[in-house]
Order: sequence, then structure tokens, then C-alpha cells
Amino acid sequence: MIGTVTATDLRPRRSWRRVKSSIMTCLMGAALVAIVIPLAAVLWALFDKGAGVAFRSFPDFFTAEIPVVSRRAGPGMGPAIVGTLLVTTGAALLAVPLGILGAVYLHEYGRGSRFAGLVRFMAMVMTGVPSIVMGLFVYVIWTMRFGYSAFGGSLGLACLMLPIVIGSTEQMLRLVPNPLREASYALGASKARTILTIVLPAASPGIVSGCLLAIARAAGETAPLLFTVGAASAYNPHLFEEANTALSAQIFGNATASFVAAQDRAWGAALTLVMLTFVATLAARLLFSRKRSA
Amino acid sequence: MTHVETFSEVLAPVVFDLSSLEVFYGSFRAVRDVTLQIRAHEITAFIGPSGCGKTTVLRCLNRMNDLIAGARVGGRVTYHGVDLYGTQVSAPEVRRRIGMVFQKPNPFPKSIYDNIAFGPRINGIRDRVKLDEIVEKSLRAAALWDEVKDRLRSSALGMSGGQQQRLCIARTIAIEPEVVLMDEPCSALDPIASARIEELMRELKNRYTIVIVTHNMQQAARVSDRTAFFTAELDSQSDQRTGVLVETGTTAKLFSNPREERTENYITGRFG
Amino acid sequence: MAIDLRGKRAHADTAFRWLAFASAAIVLLVLALIALTMAGRAVPVLDRMGLEFFTSRRWSPADGRFGALPFLWGTLYTAAIAVALAVPVSLGVALFVTQVAPRWLRAPIVYLLDLLAVVPSVVFGLWGVMVLSQHFGLGRSFLTAGVILAIMITPIITSLAREVIETTPESEKEAALALGATRWEMIVGAVWPHSKAGLVGATMLGLGRAMGETIAAALVIGSSLGQVTLDAFAPGNSMPAVIANEWGEADELHKSALIALAVTLFVITIVVNMGARAIVERSKR
Repeated sequence: MIGTVTATDLRPRRSWRRVKSSIMTCLMGAALVAIVIPLAAVLWALFDKGAGVAFRSFPDFFTAEIPVVSRRAGPGMGPAIVGTLLVTTGAALLAVPLGILGAVYLHEYGRGSRFAGLVRFMAMVMTGVPSIVMGLFVYVIWTMRFGYSAFGGSLGLACLMLPIVIGSTEQMLRLVPNPLREASYALGASKARTILTIVLPAASPGIVSGCLLAIARAAGETAPLLFTVGAASAYNPHLFEEANTALSAQIFGNATASFVAAQDRAWGAALTLVMLTFVATLAARLLFSRKRSA
Repeated sequence: MTHVETFSEVLAPVVFDLSSLEVFYGSFRAVRDVTLQIRAHEITAFIGPSGCGKTTVLRCLNRMNDLIAGARVGGRVTYHGVDLYGTQVSAPEVRRRIGMVFQKPNPFPKSIYDNIAFGPRINGIRDRVKLDEIVEKSLRAAALWDEVKDRLRSSALGMSGGQQQRLCIARTIAIEPEVVLMDEPCSALDPIASARIEELMRELKNRYTIVIVTHNMQQAARVSDRTAFFTAELDSQSDQRTGVLVETGTTAKLFSNPREERTENYITGRFG
Repeated sequence: MAIDLRGKRAHADTAFRWLAFASAAIVLLVLALIALTMAGRAVPVLDRMGLEFFTSRRWSPADGRFGALPFLWGTLYTAAIAVALAVPVSLGVALFVTQVAPRWLRAPIVYLLDLLAVVPSVVFGLWGVMVLSQHFGLGRSFLTAGVILAIMITPIITSLAREVIETTPESEKEAALALGATRWEMIVGAVWPHSKAGLVGATMLGLGRAMGETIAAALVIGSSLGQVTLDAFAPGNSMPAVIANEWGEADELHKSALIALAVTLFVITIVVNMGARAIVERSKR
């Protein structure tokens, strides 16, 4: 540095342009902080208010029945946990096979066809249909005839999951290299055979991960259950019979209750529900990242 | 039919008979006027510059072009006298008899064993002992058995490129085809791996009819009995390049004494 | 030599194809059924109220009067607040992830957004009603609903914005930087022109989501009869919230009115979503 008087100066000059760019970069960082704060606040509230309720006399909260009189203090979300699992499993059994098959049609059979283009587009639009509309729809076509049951809720959630499963599965099918399909055809395999034994297995980690995300999202839904599942405070392990309940419905019901005991149960149920959905999301991510590295 | 064979050796039976074959992709004509015969237990090589349609013609022989949307075939291709594009013909059945090895090795993301057993399984062979037998026989025929016999259950994706390509050959002959089509099978391999594949081709020729597409003229000269030279011509009407067959003949004759000037220019390296 | 190339009849193959076709067709079937069956149920109230259903401010189930204007207003107003809050944040995060963040930081941020997206709506609602509205002096109001909805739609807007921004050709960004542009000038000069249309689509999609979001809104919006006012601190009501809160004690005509609200919501969200998707898909090409 010393001695060469005419050395070219490449240090940044302080100018308004650079300051402005730095300010904008800071604002982008601030936006990131702005989404971390509510997430952290919600999670903190969940642990602060929910952990005590849920784990105080472990495992009572997860196994006991829901008090019939909501004013009464004490545990119990067991029936709601079973209900959530039942409703969500039913929905997954409906939406996952249909969604995967639908995606197979879009990508393996209908590529380039108008019908496939229409279905693809409408599936994307369907992801934006409000969940309460799905709930009322199921009420009109199912619950009015067959009454409250966990299955009604499954139908509603399946309607929400179907387009998500189709979208994520089609994306995964796109990643399966074409030479694999050609190799199978060249050995005399039929199209169905190629899809079932080569294409789907090759895409399976991604498909499973997408389905898990869809299930996690559906498990937290409330609106489709309000009109279809009914209300219950005792265990009901039957998919097609009698009213049932679910964690999300319990949270909704208890959130506006004026009794501290009910509010406590809402927080405990919320913590349970969030743990369930986070575990599913985490599993989905792990599965997919392992596939990428393999 | 401008290029009629004139010499009078005893010729092997005709397997494929192509007359005035043309292939369209949508409105684009990829090749036209291909008339040639492919004979049993010979290695026929398709050579020519890129874009001359040699791969397209090869893919007509086992109806792989069916898989490309908008592909259409004109003219006539017969296999042992049966029209390959006849209405009664099923493409999977054709492909079961006419195997194919691709440019890049494309093993399934399964174990070595399952790769080989895939073809026999779709043909209904479920018997464990029988499958074991086929796997061993196919791997031996592809000169791969000694290298992999201890890790048949490990993933095929862990093999080297040359091994993967030999696995693909083993996978093809596991279904006992009559013909093996090879689409530039060595282009993704190093010279040593290529040499092994060439050696393998010479061994397989006793049992199979082989058609190979290659852009490597030395390779065609080394392994093939008969060569077909393709080139691309500018179509004056559509201003597109369409592949045409220039000449066919025994490899020895085509390389030493070509009839057409275009062939001579290509094999001496003045063009292409 | 006559050989047989006919093969087996491919019944299983054809059956599978039809099965897949039917599965794909279910999407269209469900959407059509939603429109048809629900429109049928909404007829009684529309018969009685006519266009007044959309223009009257008086919603009084006891006397069989159903004017949905306050709820329409509440839906649009809260959604507008949510979008106004969520779009700058989403855009900032999307730009941060794609243009600023070092590679190792990208996956964790995306993962964070995933978690935010998967927190159930009812949990945000619970937090909104027990924490946000009580401890931050917002009460139950349009604004509280708007804030909660903004948190909920941020992940989807961000992820779409990211997809759109990533379509900017690297060469154009480099060209801008090579001319001595600062990072911000590069974003304005190269990224923005490429992403404008897609970002509009992403925003519309967020708007559609915010309008349809039920449970969180139902818990925090106030559940009054609803009012048409610009005062963000006033309690109000929105279409999905009314449906969720009033369904339990509704008689037949009242139910018909609530279904009519759902149909209205369906039509609005379908139109907004179709427009948004069309824009996003076009700009991704």
C-alpha cells in the first residue's frame, strides 16, 4: 500500500446507491425476522400454556375421556386423538390412491392432452377452495343422508388432500428419468407394468413425502369437520358409526369457552396437534432429503 | 431400389426387410426412403453423421418410436415376413423378441439381481430356482458374472459405467430375444470398457442378430459384417434436414470400395 | 416362417389406464358436484331475498331476513389487510432466500416456512384469541383477523414468489452486476421485470386463501352481526366465520342462507384462483 501512489483504488466508494442497496438487504433480513417472530410466539405460547396441561399427570391427558361438563378441570383428550387419527387415516385411504393414480394419468398417459391440462389446472384451483366449502359440500351429499360419523370428516379432508397429492406426485413423476421407462418398455413390459414396477417405485420417496405433508396439513383442519363429524366426549373407534370428535374441533370448541379448565384443554390439545403435524412434516422432509443424497 | 447387392455369396435368412421406410415426428420428416435388409446372425452397423436418422430407423425395428408423441411410420417394415406395424401386432410382444440396449446405461434403481429378473418376471417366470438360473446365465453371457456374483443383492447404481452397460446387455438377453438392437452402446464409456463391449458383441453374434448404431467408424469396421451409411439431406420443399440411406454393403466392401462419393467422403473424414 | 406377434390381449393394461383416467376425472367431478349440489341448496334463500341477499345490511335469522353485505365486506376487508401485511414480508423473504442468503441457510429457511404452513389454522386462531387480542390491545377486530390471516398466507405467497423469482435468467442478473449495479439495482433492473406478473399472481392466490380461511377468522374477528366500516379496530364478521359460528343453531332457511354464503365464497375463490394460477403458470414459462 505504501509507496505506490497511483495504485488503483478498488475499495467500495460510499455512495447513496450502495447505502440504499444495504438498507434494502437489511429490510429483506427484517422480513425473515418478521416471520420468525409469530412462529416463535405461537410455539412459545403452546409450550407455556399447553405443556403443563398435557404432561402434568402423564399420560392421563392423552388417554382419558373428555369431561362432559366443560367447566370441570382435568384431563382428557384421548377420544379426540383417536378421532383425529381415524378421520385423517380415512381421508388418506381415500385421497392418496386416487391422487397418485390421477397424477399417473396426468403425467404418464395424458401428457399434452387437453383433458390432462384441464385437470391439472383445476386441481391447482381446487387447492384454493376454502375448507369450509368442502365441509358444507360433504354435509349436503353425505351427512344429511347418513348422519354424523368420522367418515364424513374423512370425505371432507380427502377433498382437500386430493389436489395436493396430485400436484406433488406429478412433480415427483417428472423427476423419474425417461430412460428408465424406455428400458422397461424395451423388455416388453406393458405400460401399466412399467408404471407400477418401475416408475412409481423410483419416485416413491418423493411421493410418500408429499403425501405425508398433505396428511399433516389435513390433520389440522377444522372447518370440514364442524358439519360432518358431530360432537362426542367418549371414545368412538368406529369410522362409519355415530358422532365423533377430533383435536381441532376440540380446540375450536374450547377456545371461546369462558372456563379456564376448557381453555387449558384447548392449549393441551393444540400442543398435541402441533406435535403430530410437526412429526409428520419432519418425517416427510427427512425422507425426501435422504432420497436426494442417495 | 438403386443399390442392389450384386455379389453371389450364400446369404443368411432375412430377419428385417425395410422398404421405403419413412418416419415423421409431427409434420417433420426425420427419415425417408430407407430400403434395406438385415440378416440373421450378423452384426449390421448403422453409421452416419448426427441427425441422419440412424437411431430413428433403429427405433422402428422394435417399435420404440410408438412412445414418442406424434411419431408416425410410413413404408413397410417386416420381421420374418410379418408386418411390424400391422394392426394385429402388439408392441410389447415385438419388444419381447427384439431387445434393445441404449446409449447411456439405464439400469433400474434396483438390485443387480432384480434388474436381470425383471424381464423374465414380466413373462410370468416366478420360480426362484429358474430365475436364479437365468440370472447366472445372462450375467455369464455378458461377461459380468465373475465381477458381481458376490453382490447380486446390492444396487445396480453402484456399478461402474462399463459394468452398468454390460448389465443392461445381460438384462436384454435374459428374455432370450432373437435380435439385439444397440443404440451407440459405447458412447458413454471409456476405451477399455468399450473394447469389452465390442468383444461381447462378437461373442453374442453366434446366438443373436445384432444391429448397432455407432458414430465411431472404427468400431463399425471392427465389429460389423454389414454396414448401412446414412446421411442428412436438405429437403428443398420444407427447408428441413431429412435422413436418407446412402448405401449398404458388406463392411469390408463399404469401407474399402464404396460405391457412392458421399460415403467415401465420410469414411475418409472429409465430411461429417 | 409365420410368427405370431399378436401377444396377449392387454386387458389389465386397458383397465389400469381407465382407472387412472377416472381418478383424474374425479377432480372435475368434485368441483362440478360442489357447484351443483350447493347451488341447489342455496335456492330457497335467494328466492326469498333476491339480489338483496348481496346488498342488504340486515342479517336477522329470527325474522328470516338475510342480507350478507357486512360479511362480504368483512371477508374482503380482512383479506385486503392480510395481503397488505403479508406481501411485503413474503417478497422480502423470497428475495432474501434467492438473492442474499448463503447456500447453507436456504434449506433451513424453507423448512421454517414449511413449519409455518403446517401449523393448523385453529392453533393460530387459539393464539389469536387468547394472546394477540388480549395482550396487544387489538381486541377481536378486522385488524386482528387480518394479522392472523397474514401470518397464515405468508408461506404460500413466499413459496410462489420464490418459484417465480428463480425463473430470472442468471445471465441477466450477471449482466446487471457486471455493469456495476448494486444488489438492489440488480433486483430492480433484472429480477423485477421478469417476476412482476408472477408476483401479482402469487398475491392474488394469497388473497384467495385469506378470503376462504375460516377457523382462525371465526375465532378472532369478533362475531358481531358484522358492520361495513373502514375502522380496522372495529369488530366485524366474515362469510366463513358466520358459517362456522351460526351453523349449530340454524334452522332450514338459515342453513340455506349459510350455504348461499358458501356458494358465494366458492365462486369468488374459484375466480380469483383461476386468474392467479393462469398468471403464475404463464410467467413461469
